[in-house]
This record gives sequence, structure tokens and C-alpha cells, in this order.
Amino acid sequence: METVVGILNYLVFFAITACVYSVLTLGLNVQWGYTGLFNIGVAGFYAVGAYTSALVSGPPPGTLDWRMFGGWGLPFPIGFLSAGVVAALLALLLGWITIRLKEDYLAIASIGIAEVIRLLIKNEAWLTNGVWGLKNIPSPLFHPVQSGVEVFLAAHPQLPPWLAQLARGAYNWVYLAGLLAVVGMLYWVLERGLRSPWGRVLRAIRDDERAAAAQGKNVAAFKLQAFVLGSGIMGLAGSLYAHYARYLSVEKFEPFYGTFIVWVMLVAGGSGNNRGAILGAFLVWGLWAGTDFLTEYLPLSDVQASALRVVLVGLLLIGVLLLRPRGVVGEQRFVSRLFKA
Amino acid sequence: MPLLEATGIRSGYGDMEVLHGVDVHLEAGELVTIIGPNGAGKSTLLKTIFGLLKAHAGVVRLAGRDITGTPPHRIVHWGMCYVPQVDNVFPSLTVEENLEMGAFILRGRLAPRLERVYSLFPALAARRRQRVGKMSGGERQMVAMGRALMLDPKVLLLDEPTAALAPNLVEQVFQSILAIKDSGVAILMVEQNARHSLSISDRGYVLVDGRNRCHGTGQQLLQDEEIGRMFLGG
Amino acid sequence: MGALEQLPQLAVYGVVSGSIITLGAVGLSLTYSILRFSNFSHGDLMTTGAYMGLGFLWLFQGLLPGRWAPLSFGPALLPALALAMVGNAGLAIVVDRLVFRRLRRAKPVLLLMAAVGVAFVLRNLVLFGAQSDPLYYSRRIQRALVLGGIRIKADQLFVIGVALLAVLALHLFLRYTKTGKAMRAMADNPDLAQVSGINTERVVIWTWALGAALAALAGILSGIENKLITPELGWQTLLPLFAAVILGGIGSPYGAMLGGMTIGLAEEVSTAFISTSYKPAVAFGVLVVMLLVRPQGLLGRR
Repeated sequence: METVVGILNYLVFFAITACVYSVLTLGLNVQWGYTGLFNIGVAGFYAVGAYTSALVSGPPPGTLDWRMFGGWGLPFPIGFLSAGVVAALLALLLGWITIRLKEDYLAIASIGIAEVIRLLIKNEAWLTNGVWGLKNIPSPLFHPVQSGVEVFLAAHPQLPPWLAQLARGAYNWVYLAGLLAVVGMLYWVLERGLRSPWGRVLRAIRDDERAAAAQGKNVAAFKLQAFVLGSGIMGLAGSLYAHYARYLSVEKFEPFYGTFIVWVMLVAGGSGNNRGAILGAFLVWGLWAGTDFLTEYLPLSDVQASALRVVLVGLLLIGVLLLRPRGVVGEQRFVSRLFKA
Repeated sequence: MPLLEATGIRSGYGDMEVLHGVDVHLEAGELVTIIGPNGAGKSTLLKTIFGLLKAHAGVVRLAGRDITGTPPHRIVHWGMCYVPQVDNVFPSLTVEENLEMGAFILRGRLAPRLERVYSLFPALAARRRQRVGKMSGGERQMVAMGRALMLDPKVLLLDEPTAALAPNLVEQVFQSILAIKDSGVAILMVEQNARHSLSISDRGYVLVDGRNRCHGTGQQLLQDEEIGRMFLGG
Repeated sequence: MGALEQLPQLAVYGVVSGSIITLGAVGLSLTYSILRFSNFSHGDLMTTGAYMGLGFLWLFQGLLPGRWAPLSFGPALLPALALAMVGNAGLAIVVDRLVFRRLRRAKPVLLLMAAVGVAFVLRNLVLFGAQSDPLYYSRRIQRALVLGGIRIKADQLFVIGVALLAVLALHLFLRYTKTGKAMRAMADNPDLAQVSGINTERVVIWTWALGAALAALAGILSGIENKLITPELGWQTLLPLFAAVILGGIGSPYGAMLGGMTIGLAEEVSTAFISTSYKPAVAFGVLVVMLLVRPQGLLGRR
């Protein structure tokens, strides 16, 4: 029975990460799937959101910290929303410069901004604690839940060990429930947005920019709106990650974990499609976790194992692009536009 | 047997069909012009013959050989070359380099061929090392035609050679076209300058709404009243 | 030493690093102008070239030992360089056949995405094979020569010299050979190139070969200059490469040369004023300024 509980706890952890990635892919879908914008700097907005939320809702700098700024201990919802707002503002700045230009320029500029953010996180220890990482980020409702669990366990000392183990992991279930609610709401809002007149204009722009411009639509403004909205959502994902992991360091926001895998998730799941975004997040994260187990059986060093797994993910992306570009549930219509050139 | 014949051509862009069954043919040494209103499908016809567009139906034969659907870079091997209406030169290359590109598929010395083209277009000889992008419209048109002649084609397809040229240049270009014809090349040309082009052509076709309207010798079409009303106002 | 006093020395370092960036940027610009997409895996072609170079160097060091003092290497480098360039060219052609060729008619964005995928695959294959610790081209500490008050190592002079030669060779190739002219023609007008009978697939193969060979050269020179290479070498250079190409004018190999030198100089000179940890951000800064002020670049046409 213990192993079952162990597996369940792992699955909860897995689902939490997959949900955070779902928020990222939903944000990316607004930019890519709806509007056709190619943003390779996802990690930057993700990181900005995470650190903003940590600094707004986290504790003040401790005696062992290098940092000197922030940590106002505000309630989680404020940190969460600030994360989205700051990421959105950053996107506004970047987008204002690049949105009128060709898609490659946005792509290159987005790599640049992600890199600059990564450097800032590493070097500006006064703000982020640099390479030592940001610690002790509080999880929302952690104490109430934990106290409740303690009370429950104390009141029932004769519980079988597996049930006690399950109860001790209760917070994760609570966090997962909250996350699922957030993902659900985001999905609902985005689906409404997609079917609204605003969403239709975005898709018209994605399909044929010149035709949309000819109809008098301010293409640049719409693209900027989509870019800002998508990036804001990515910032929210950062907050959701930060308050679960309770510790931030620059490795989690590196190009592979922060950007590349999000793209593979969206493309494999189905570009242009919110269901595909969520599905892709779960599928690809599942594959990633699966390869972790597989490579344990191979006589490889850690570095080699993780490199092999990245190669597999990269081949997955290339394979999808060549063989089934619409992904699992993506729109056929969307893809046929990409190939009619 | 005609040197070039296209029969029953149906063609277009994507799902849109522009030509609904067109027939033209060209005999060796002839100069034939295709005229018609805008959107009649004249350029589409040339592009289909040259393999730039896939024909939905119909057959194209060059010297008896079926070349329907053959891609352009193979068609030049069989002796037919094409001059597009726009973007018909390599602007950052010199005159001589543009001409050399026309003979890309050949090995060996190009000097004799270059000299032949320069004798046809003396104005180019003096500017052979000049970048074409900086040249005037008329000169560019000469480079474009010269490039297509480097392979000594049996058939030359010209798409609106005098489009966007000043009137004095138009005359020059038509003179060049006649000189090319005199050197033994059969020419199939699409033109907006209907009156002028028919006056130098052996035969002509009138295309309207993607179909043959009528055809005849250059003189016959010039004197036809209906055509006069429709196209020859200018 | 005051900031201004450091400038001449930093400028010299800038020329060295600019030479390496230029070689990478020129290759990138070639593939852009002829294949019409921004190849985000070009940096990682530098990485594969650098590692191939090192592998061949070890191989040949047994047969051709010794070094040409004061340089840090000897005759073994020459065949290693040549073979790495050829090998990298082959790799690029294979990748093109397997991946990019099938997407030629797709919208450029899909090619960008595929290129990012290729970048991660190439980089991690190198990581898989060579692990993450740096590998050394040379462990000697070189004494700098002092010329006119400027310190420069023999290796650095070699880097500048080789880059100049390569750039000159490329220029002559583009100017005077049939394939070079065909490449310029295709960059101008790919449709007309087809219409003229130019074998466009062959030109594409040549483009990949040249671009990858230059990238290999850039990677190896980087290894000589920095003494060591890591699998992240190329990806870290990607931003300066693109900044150089955009600065010079996307689609113009000569612009890329200008851009490469400028970025190299900017990066090195900036260390007089800001912390070296932010050196990678300098290229980004130049990029942003160019996009704001003159997106078509200094020599660009499109």
C-alpha cells in the first residue's frame, strides 16, 4: 500500500508541474497559435513572473542572504497578479520595439531578452540573491493546511501508516486542486477570447497579415496585445511555480526548461488549440519523466543521460514538424496555411 | 508540325482556374503575339507553358516532345527560354554576370555567346561591368532578353517586354525583338501594346476570360473592327 | 588604468573576437540570403566544428608533433582544420537533407522552429559525447608580444590572419567562380535563378557547405583564442552572431563582416565601462538599437 501512496504522491507532483507548464503553453498559444508570433524568450517572462511574485509575497532578506531588496510578505494573490503585470509590462516594452518588424527579428530579440534576464538574475544578487537562489518562498495556505493535517493526525493515532503518509502529503493535493482551478479558468477565459471578435481578428492576422491590414485592422496593435497577454500569462506561471517550489534558482529558467520544452509541448499537442496546449504539456512532461526512468537503466553519467533526453525531445519536435505538423489535436486549417507558401 | 504547341490548357493559381482550355501554337521562325484584356490569363499561359505553373489539363509540346509539367530548369535544356515581366534581372550582378547566369547549364567558354548577345544589344557591350540594379528600365529589359538568349533557344517566351517603358524605349525594344526573330529564334510574346506588337507579328491570338477569342495574322487582327474597338484604342 | 587608456588594448582584443564573430556571421548571412531563413542552429555548427577540430587535432598530433613557437600549436592543426571544415560541411548537408529540405516550401516560421530543434539536438549530441567539462586546445600559458605598447599573443595574430584569409577567399569565390555568382544570383532572385536553368539544389548544398565550413573555422579559432571549448560555445555566440548580421544588414555577407567586427569591438570596449559578466548583453543592446534606428542594417537591402 505504501508504494501505491508513493506513486500517488509522485503523480501529484507530476501533475502540478504539468499544470504549471500548461499555463505556459496556454500563454504561448495566445502568441503563436492565435497570432503567429514566434517568441523564443518564454523563459524570460516565466522567470520575471517567478521572481516578482517571490519578492512581493516572500519574506524579507534574511541574515544569510546577499539580497537587500524586496520581500514584502504580501498575500499570494497580490504576488500572483504582480507577476502577470510585470511580465506583461516587459512584453510591452519588447513588443513595442519589435512587433512591426519581421518575425525573425522578434524571435532574435526574444532570445536576447531572455538572456539579459538570465544574466540579471545571476549577477544582481542584491535583488535576486544571484547564484545562491531565492529561498523560503511561502506557499499559499500552507500553514492552515499543515496545521489541519497535524490536528487530524494527532486525533487519530491509530491510522495505518499509508493513510498517514497520504495525509502528510495533503498540501500538495490542495495546491494541485488550486492549480487545476486556475488552469480551468484560464482555459475558459481564453476560449471565450478566441471566439470573440478580438480573437477572430488575431486569427485573420495569423492567416494572412496583408489581407487583415487591407481591411483596415491595426495589425501591429493587435499583435502587441496578443504578445502582452501571452507574456502576462507566462508570468503567472512563474508565480505558480515559485510558490510551489519555494526556492528559485537560475537553472530552472534556462533555455531548455523555460522555453524549448514549452514549444515542443505546444507544437506536439496542437498549435492554435487550447486543448492541445494542455494536452501537450501533460504528454511531453510525461515523456520527459518517462525518459528519466529509462535512462536509469543505461550506463550513462548524469550529464549524458540528461543530454540524451534533450536530444529525444528535440527529435520529437522535428519529427512533429515534418510528419504531423498539426500535433495531436491541432487545427488542420491552421497548418495548411503554414504550408501553402 | 509546329515548333511549340499548347492544346486544351487549363491552369490557374491554387484553386482558382484562370485558363479554361486554351490552344496556341508557334512555328519555327515566327513571331506570335498574344493580346487581351487584363486578367485574360495571358501571363498565366506563358508560365504554364514554361512549367512555372502546373497545368490542370492540356498538353504542351516542344518540337514534338511532351513537356507538360516539366520544371523550368529542365525545359531550358530542350531549347526554350523565358523572360518574366517583372524581377527579370539579377540586380546586384553586373551585365556580364547576368548573361553568364543565362548559360549556367553550359560548360566551356561563353565568350562567343556573349559576343553574339552584345552584337544584338550594343548598348550593353559598353556597360558590361556595370551592376544591373543601377540601370534604367530599358537597359534592364535588354539584359533580361540577353540573358534568355545565351542558350541559343529555339523558342523565346516574352512576358510584356515593353511594360512600364517610356514610348521611345518601346520602339527600341520592338526593334530588338525583330532582330532576335531575324536571327532565327521563334518568339511567343504577350503584350499590352496591342497595335504595335501586332504590326510586327506574323500571327496573333486574342485571349478573353481565359479562352481563345480569335486568331489570325497580325494584319488581319489589326484590321478587325471588333478587336479595334476593344484593344487597339492606344 | 583609466577607461580611456584601456581603449587601444581593448580595441585589439575586439578585433580578435570580432574576427571570430565575423566568420560565424558571414556563414549565417549566406544561409539567410540564399535559403531565406534565420538558421538558429548556426551557433551549434560552430560547436560541432570546434569539437571536430579538437578531435582531429589529437589524431594528428601523433603524426605531426611539435609546435610552431610562439604559437600554441604546430603542423597538426592544418589537416585538423581542413578535415573539420569538410566534416562540418558534410554534417550541415546531412541535416539539410533530413530536416530543412522537406520544409523549403513551408512558411519561414516553421523553418525557424525546426532550426531551434536542430540546435538543441546538435548541442546535446556534443554534450553526450564530450560531457560538460571544458576541453582544451592548449594548456600552455602564452606570453604576449608587445607591439607598440599593445599586448597581443601570437595566437591572436594567427586568428586575425586566418579570418582575413578566409574572408578574402570567400570574396574571391563569390566574385569569380561560377558557383559563387550563382549563389549571388539566387540571393537576388531565386525564381529567376530557376528560370535561367541554375541548379538551385546544388547551389543550396554549396551554401550549407560554405556556411558550415566557416562556422567550423570560427569554432576552432575560438578554441585557440580561449584555449578551451564547451558544448555551450555556439549557443552563447548566437546572439552576437545575429546582432552582427542584423547590424550589417540581413542578407549581405559583406555587411556581416562589418557587423562582426563592430560587435567584437563593442563587446571588448564595453568591458572598460561595465562588468564583464554583462558582455553578452552588449550584443543585445546593439541589436535593440539597430532595430529601433535602422532595421535594415548598415548595408542591407531587404
